[in-house]
Amino acid sequence: MATEFHNLQELRHSASLVNKVFVQRDYSEGTTCKFQTKFPSELESRVERTLFEETVKTLNNFYAEAEKIGAHSYLEACVACSTAYLVFLCMETRYEKVLKKIAKYIQEQNEKVYAPRGLLITDPIDRGMRVIEISIYEDRGSSGSSSASSSTSGSTAR
Amino acid sequence: MMKNCEYQQIDLEALSTPAPTPSPQPVTDNGKEEEKTAKKQRRKWEVFQGKNRFCCDGRIIMARQSGVLPLTLGLILLTSVLFFIFDCPFLVQHLTVCIPVIGGALFVFVVITLVQTSFSDPGILPRATPDEAADVEKQIDDAGNTTYRPPPRTREVLINQQAVKLKYCFTCKMFRPPRTSHCSLCDNCVERFDHHCPWVGNCVGKRNYRFFYTFIVSLSFLTAFIFGCVTTHLALRAQDGKGLVFALQESPGSAVELVICFFSVWSILGLSGFHTYLVASNLTTNEDIKGSWTGKSGAEAATNPYSHRNIFVNCCSVLCGPMPPSLIDRRGFLSAEEEAAAAAAPQATSREVELPVLASKKDINVGSKCVSEESPARPASRPRAPPTPPTADRRRGGGGGGERTGHNSAVNSDPARDHRPAGRGALRHTAAAAAGDAHTHTHHNAKAHHKRTHRGARSALDGPGGTRAASPGVGRSSKDRRNAGSPPPLP
Repeated sequence: MATEFHNLQELRHSASLVNKVFVQRDYSEGTTCKFQTKFPSELESRVERTLFEETVKTLNNFYAEAEKIGAHSYLEACVACSTAYLVFLCMETRYEKVLKKIAKYIQEQNEKVYAPRGLLITDPIDRGMRVIEISIYEDRGSSGSSSASSSTSGSTAR
Repeated sequence: MMKNCEYQQIDLEALSTPAPTPSPQPVTDNGKEEEKTAKKQRRKWEVFQGKNRFCCDGRIIMARQSGVLPLTLGLILLTSVLFFIFDCPFLVQHLTVCIPVIGGALFVFVVITLVQTSFSDPGILPRATPDEAADVEKQIDDAGNTTYRPPPRTREVLINQQAVKLKYCFTCKMFRPPRTSHCSLCDNCVERFDHHCPWVGNCVGKRNYRFFYTFIVSLSFLTAFIFGCVTTHLALRAQDGKGLVFALQESPGSAVELVICFFSVWSILGLSGFHTYLVASNLTTNEDIKGSWTGKSGAEAATNPYSHRNIFVNCCSVLCGPMPPSLIDRRGFLSAEEEAAAAAAPQATSREVELPVLASKKDINVGSKCVSEESPARPASRPRAPPTPPTADRRRGGGGGGERTGHNSAVNSDPARDHRPAGRGALRHTAAAAAGDAHTHTHHNAKAHHKRTHRGARSALDGPGGTRAASPGVGRSSKDRRNAGSPPPLP
């Protein structure tokens, strides 16, 4: 785990950030957390569409599981209400447990799929659950011209 | 252009920091600890951009103005203490020991839920990062701005086949998710924004609505219980021809309790009933006041796309849903990039801080109860907005207007208002009309409840909550509009 993390950090430091792509929320089913599976055009040359869609779909499933209203959430709510919600101070909620799973999944995806392709996914919880931020890096080792030409649309950096 | 420069500046600083990190590799736990001890790492709450106060190293979050929270707590404590001192001994003697037990349990429940409502994060949305903001700006500009008019800052989404307009928030630099509204008092976008309640000194939103609801329901029970007990107590004392006056003389505390409870029980019960109606129809106070889903102000009949069409399911989804996490991570440590961005940020936020200061003063002067709309003082800031480049203006003076229209219909099914031309004058008109609406609510309530609140309606008197029974939003809101006083004078 330490060596893998080490590689991600190396990516950050040795590569230069070229662009950031933001995958927005999909509100078609209400305010539940769900991200659009539309494949951003900037990633076309970097990662396969199926891999990207797989990642987003898995994330959506995680969030759906976290926000599911069923027996578990009723029980949690009843217990919480009867203790005047003090139980939230000592107990980890189901949502938080799922968020940990999501963080682990994103870390794993970054290591296996995205970092080798020069991409990095930021956990949506760090962006207020509004977007999935995908940072596109260009290896500093490669020629400077490639980094200049790769991003045409309003690059944030330059 | 100016806006590009501004984003670029922040961004360059943010991007430059990762490279010259003191301990480039490998960053282990030891490295982190060294960084921490070298310079004290700040927590995110210390650079939080909203107008909130934090205590206990970020564990407790409150609005900057605690409103009348001390009064609320004081009244509850006073009434309960008097109850335990004056009424309980007599009632335990003559009736049962259960009375102080029940009273005590209710009292503890009320105080705990009040504290949780006041001191928890209502569902604040963190502001957009500079990169995100730039991306959104680019999308807005790309949306086809061929005329001299500024591009529309709305985005339409289909939620369960219902068209809903998302507004752009100039302060937070993002398109507000559905049901999110920007609270001017706290200067934050809050998810599933219900209202800002001065009685609890905090916004009521997605994360603390269940605490708030539990608070007002348990407070209704407590008030009714104390009222009943005091009445019984005085009746028992006054029997055998001794008279009420004699009873009151023997137990003066009961007189105080009687007055407080009598005046507050109606408003609190009414408020609980109103919020029960909201919960059953999966509405927020904000949506109810604006009539977002009743379609009375628009041509098309809009239905609430969030309702499950079943009272029980609605109640469960609102009150028994999983507890959402706090998105602002107030006790998290700042990363190097965030520290740099925070250092650059004060220049950007100081300008915007000027506007809300005026707003909050006006709020206090009006003496509003729960304000669910933006403050009326936004127009005060507007004259400052010069007729210059729309983008720059929109962010500051015009930003107020943009925000106001956002507030008017955060989840907009109120097309009548939005179809007004996007001129600044029109925005001001919209603003004043909306502000007038908000004030109508608060003024009307102020008149009706003046005496009561003076005594101690300790509940969160939301705009329409008050004494009116849980009538549907239609009747209430239209009645208020009819009673509309003139909008506050624009300086």
